[in-house]
Amino acid sequence: MSVRSIVPFGPQHPVLPEPIHLDLVLEDEKVVEAVPSIGFVHRGLEKLVEKKDYQQYVYVAERICGICSFMHGMGYCEAVEHVMNVEIPPRAKYLRTIWCEMSRIHSHLLWLGLLADAFGFESLFMQSWRLREKILDMFEVSTGGRVIFSVNMIGGQRRDMDAQMLSMFSKVLDDMERELREISKTFLNDYAVQSRLKDVGFLTKEQAHELGAVGPFMRASGIALDSRKLGYAAYPDIDFEPITSQVGDSYARCDVRIREIFQSFDIIRQAIAKIPEGEVAVPVKGMPSGEHFMRVEQPRGEAIYYVKGNGTKFLDRVRVRTPTFANLPGMLETLKGCQLADVPILILTIDPCISCTER
Amino acid sequence: MSGIMKFTGTVLKNLIHKPVTENYPQAEREYPERTRGKVSIDISQCVFCTLCAKKCPTGAITVDRAAQTWTIDPFGCIQCRCCVDHCPRKCLSMEQHYTSPSEEKTVETYTKQTTEEKQEEKEHA
Amino acid sequence: MNDGEILVIDTEALVTEVLKLKHQNYRLVQICATKTGEGYELTYSFGKDYEFVCLRLNIKEGDEVSSISDIYKPAFLYENEIHDLFDIQIKMISQDYHGNLYRMKTKTPYK
Repeated sequence: MSVRSIVPFGPQHPVLPEPIHLDLVLEDEKVVEAVPSIGFVHRGLEKLVEKKDYQQYVYVAERICGICSFMHGMGYCEAVEHVMNVEIPPRAKYLRTIWCEMSRIHSHLLWLGLLADAFGFESLFMQSWRLREKILDMFEVSTGGRVIFSVNMIGGQRRDMDAQMLSMFSKVLDDMERELREISKTFLNDYAVQSRLKDVGFLTKEQAHELGAVGPFMRASGIALDSRKLGYAAYPDIDFEPITSQVGDSYARCDVRIREIFQSFDIIRQAIAKIPEGEVAVPVKGMPSGEHFMRVEQPRGEAIYYVKGNGTKFLDRVRVRTPTFANLPGMLETLKGCQLADVPILILTIDPCISCTER
Repeated sequence: MSGIMKFTGTVLKNLIHKPVTENYPQAEREYPERTRGKVSIDISQCVFCTLCAKKCPTGAITVDRAAQTWTIDPFGCIQCRCCVDHCPRKCLSMEQHYTSPSEEKTVETYTKQTTEEKQEEKEHA
Repeated sequence: MNDGEILVIDTEALVTEVLKLKHQNYRLVQICATKTGEGYELTYSFGKDYEFVCLRLNIKEGDEVSSISDIYKPAFLYENEIHDLFDIQIKMISQDYHGNLYRMKTKTPYK
């Protein structure tokens, strides 16, 4: 007869850089249920919109998360621009696309490193993060910050990239692509890696739809949805297709993310080739009045920005539905039936960002 | 068995390469031109228009027009460069070095010398 | 419903309307509460492929709303969040945390 016990997991755990708590109900070593609780790093950023005016809030929005800081800032700006009917210049749209894809590469490389660390492959972790460092350097050269960029503003971008900088970036990216191809062989073909990832944590296509999963977590289960196709920034001019896998296990999620990095290299190259000359920002007049739901594809999946303005400089409401929040029910589903030893890796495969989730 | 030895190439390359990290703090880091470190002011050019204080998202800057002082709380500053971009006299600038860590929060105050004070200084000299 | 539409409905009609969407194979995207003058506005967003539709309820302080967590499983997180941060009473949540989803020191709901 199996013995039932409850094991608390987190909020402090070696695999988690951020705090989330799970109560794991075990039958012997098998997980039968997981109950999450959050709120350890809740900062009340949505409430803060009542104290900061709509232009200052850009800097608050950026600080929702340290990994997708650019996309949080941009998502908020795009939402307010929709409400105020501001059309940003084409060059600003391309700049946003380039920085977005750089963020995606940086985030996925970070995730690959954490994954390698979680199954104990220390040197693979260091190799992934060594590559990530180059992206951070590119960010510092182009924006002046390594984590928080502060280049978004309502009506465009605060910094431009000149031709010399862009050609230097495409050279760095070429080098990176070559090196990443080398490392990705280890991720995808190594025996030790496969034995930890393959056939673990299945999520079927139907479950992913039912549980409202987003991002690479959903695409690895075979749903070809990518919010970039909705056509914000310069994505309508760029040729790309959502990357999917039909398998739905942890290995498929790793595979999808690696292919997305290569896709991002391609998107940046297309954007650099097509970027038009001109202004990077337009002046914004008036106050936001009205509401809008803005959907942007972050590295972890679709994020939703809801902005409601009342005609004054303070917004009524900003709501951010972050991808990790949407992925939590899916994660709980994959945990059911797995072994206790696999729990850390399964939590990691949704690429959890707890600070995002709690805002 | 094809799955093993995938990492050997990377490992061998690593052995012959020099380290990718810098020998910090012995070797000084070179910052790119746009690095946002800390805000500094050329107080003699300041006209105390208070635009920087109004635009600052964290309220780290206080300007006292009567006392002719400009104060910044460097630990409240988030290095967004808003004040520098909005300054009409271009007397604010961004230094590349960060504020050095400290055990307690301090504020930096700059006082503009009046013309009489300047003259006094000249006479002393 | 058309893409991007926000349909305002009565509190009693919520479950019926949500079931209709469920049968059309929509998935739950998010639930959001907004404070308006003396009450709250609840917006339920659903998606199908790239389509995006919303249902909206206008409720007063102290009103009770039915949970949709038996229809859409992930709704339990959003509903617990709304209960914790806005103090809106939602009845019959499939997994009710009774105010303990957000474990924090600060007293919630924010008023």
